[in-house]
Amino acid sequence: MSTKASRFSARLMLAPAVILLLAWMLVPLTMTLIFSFQRFLPMRGGFQGWVGFENYIRFVNSSAFWPAVQTTIIIVGGVLLITVILGILLAILLDQPIWGQGIVRIMVIAPFFVMPTVTGLVWKNMFMDPNNGLLGYLWRFFGGDPVVWLSDVPVLSIILIVSWQWLPFATLILLTAIQSLDSDQLEAAEMDGAGPLSRFWHIILPHLSRAITIVILIQTIFLLAIFAKIFVTTQGSFGTRTLTYLIYQRVLESQNVGLGSAGGIYAVILANIFALFLMRIVGKNLDR
Amino acid sequence: MARAVTRQRKAINTVVAWTIGLLIFFPILWTFLTSFKTEAQAIADPPVWFFFDWTLENYRVVQERSNYTRFLWNSIYIAGGSTLLGMIIAIPAAWSMAFVPSNQTKNILLWMLSTKMLPAVGVLYPIYLIFIQLGLLDSRFGLTIVIMLINLPIMVWMLYTYFKEIPGEILEAARMDGAGLREEILFVLTPMAIPGIASTVLLNIILAWNEAFWTLNLTASRAAPLTAFIASYSSPEGLFYAKLSAASTMAIAPILILGWFSQKQLVRGLTFGAVK
Repeated sequence: MSTKASRFSARLMLAPAVILLLAWMLVPLTMTLIFSFQRFLPMRGGFQGWVGFENYIRFVNSSAFWPAVQTTIIIVGGVLLITVILGILLAILLDQPIWGQGIVRIMVIAPFFVMPTVTGLVWKNMFMDPNNGLLGYLWRFFGGDPVVWLSDVPVLSIILIVSWQWLPFATLILLTAIQSLDSDQLEAAEMDGAGPLSRFWHIILPHLSRAITIVILIQTIFLLAIFAKIFVTTQGSFGTRTLTYLIYQRVLESQNVGLGSAGGIYAVILANIFALFLMRIVGKNLDR
Repeated sequence: MARAVTRQRKAINTVVAWTIGLLIFFPILWTFLTSFKTEAQAIADPPVWFFFDWTLENYRVVQERSNYTRFLWNSIYIAGGSTLLGMIIAIPAAWSMAFVPSNQTKNILLWMLSTKMLPAVGVLYPIYLIFIQLGLLDSRFGLTIVIMLINLPIMVWMLYTYFKEIPGEILEAARMDGAGLREEILFVLTPMAIPGIASTVLLNIILAWNEAFWTLNLTASRAAPLTAFIASYSSPEGLFYAKLSAASTMAIAPILILGWFSQKQLVRGLTFGAVK
């Protein structure tokens, strides 16, 4: 029963947020779109004419493109696999009655709050360094040759580092979802003689399916944009150049803005595909 | 779904959970311990655990050599400023959509969310260019604005889900009693909204503090916050593990503490209310 006046003031209160976000989205995106059709090299002559879709074609045809796509898929897929599977197991474990539950929860969640540059450097130096890192020591202790993580298995190393940071996120969300599960249902199933595995498969997993989908979609969007951890560890070398990192290098390092902008538009389209799915789920939730 | 279990099973669960918990937490613990060692102890083989001469030397050196307080202050300025500014814009917007919804509210909310999904790298050069033109490169103010904008959708969303939980009947009752818009906001809504506002502030400080794309790309030396300061350790000279650890510990400690308080809000904020 809002009055006309209160409706008007409500629109007025909404306006700053809408206008700012609209500007934030439209202005730079339009500029990227315009640059993507130009030959534009700020350090080497600046604007050199319109080239149509040439940048889009060149970006895809460059020798760095497919390896970058491949790396991106492996890193995002690998991290999703590790965080979702371990996240489900950890969430189930943390849902059980245990002594000191609060402290364990705090320890498990902590990595998520560590800033990405610290995460990258601590892992790179104090764990993955073959001479002085703790993992190298562990390998030597068991008589093995230390692995030179970031150059021997660079992509796996990045997956491990990123997974460490994101496992808490998956765990926390899945734990929240598990806790909303009706315990009567589980007890009834137990009474009927359903073993732990069958309870997991027929009750817990279906109950978690929506939360799992949300974890996958949100993580995918953030994982596609991973930057700082690669920046401080490998700088994109040894085959760890993701699509995001490739675009960054085109734009800021080699200052080929036209080419990089075409790549940027690809990245926007890619992110939007996942965002669309996510938004449908979130939108459905709004109606309830 | 807490159910009755035997003591034995609880004991097993406890051991397993603590083992995994310690394993996951270990890199942070190790960084913390290393920050109190000498550089030689930091790379000792075999590693030293607790029994070494604890020293604060690294903390002193980090501060002296790189003027740590300036980076810390930049982080506080940017995280605090972007959150404060964002809240001033987000609270009215969320209030308006939660209590005076229109048939466009859902679309506006989803559209706001979609701006959050925009990959930063796709607009890197335009922002960079705008920053150069406006003289905002390497300025705290410019960075504060950008970080406020990338987190604004999360703020609006979180506040919206909290405000939605305030029962509408209370507002109607207040209106019946003749409360105007101003009284309604000041005396009815605000007290009920404070927990939600506090949670939103907390989560956004954390997100802004750890933001490491724009802070790395838009700052050089003057406005660089802790994320960029730590990144400067990626091309080290000589022995530096203990100093890296000290710098890292100082950079993550405040946010780790805030983070532990905000576990529940984190879920709501980062899933846009889809998981509560």
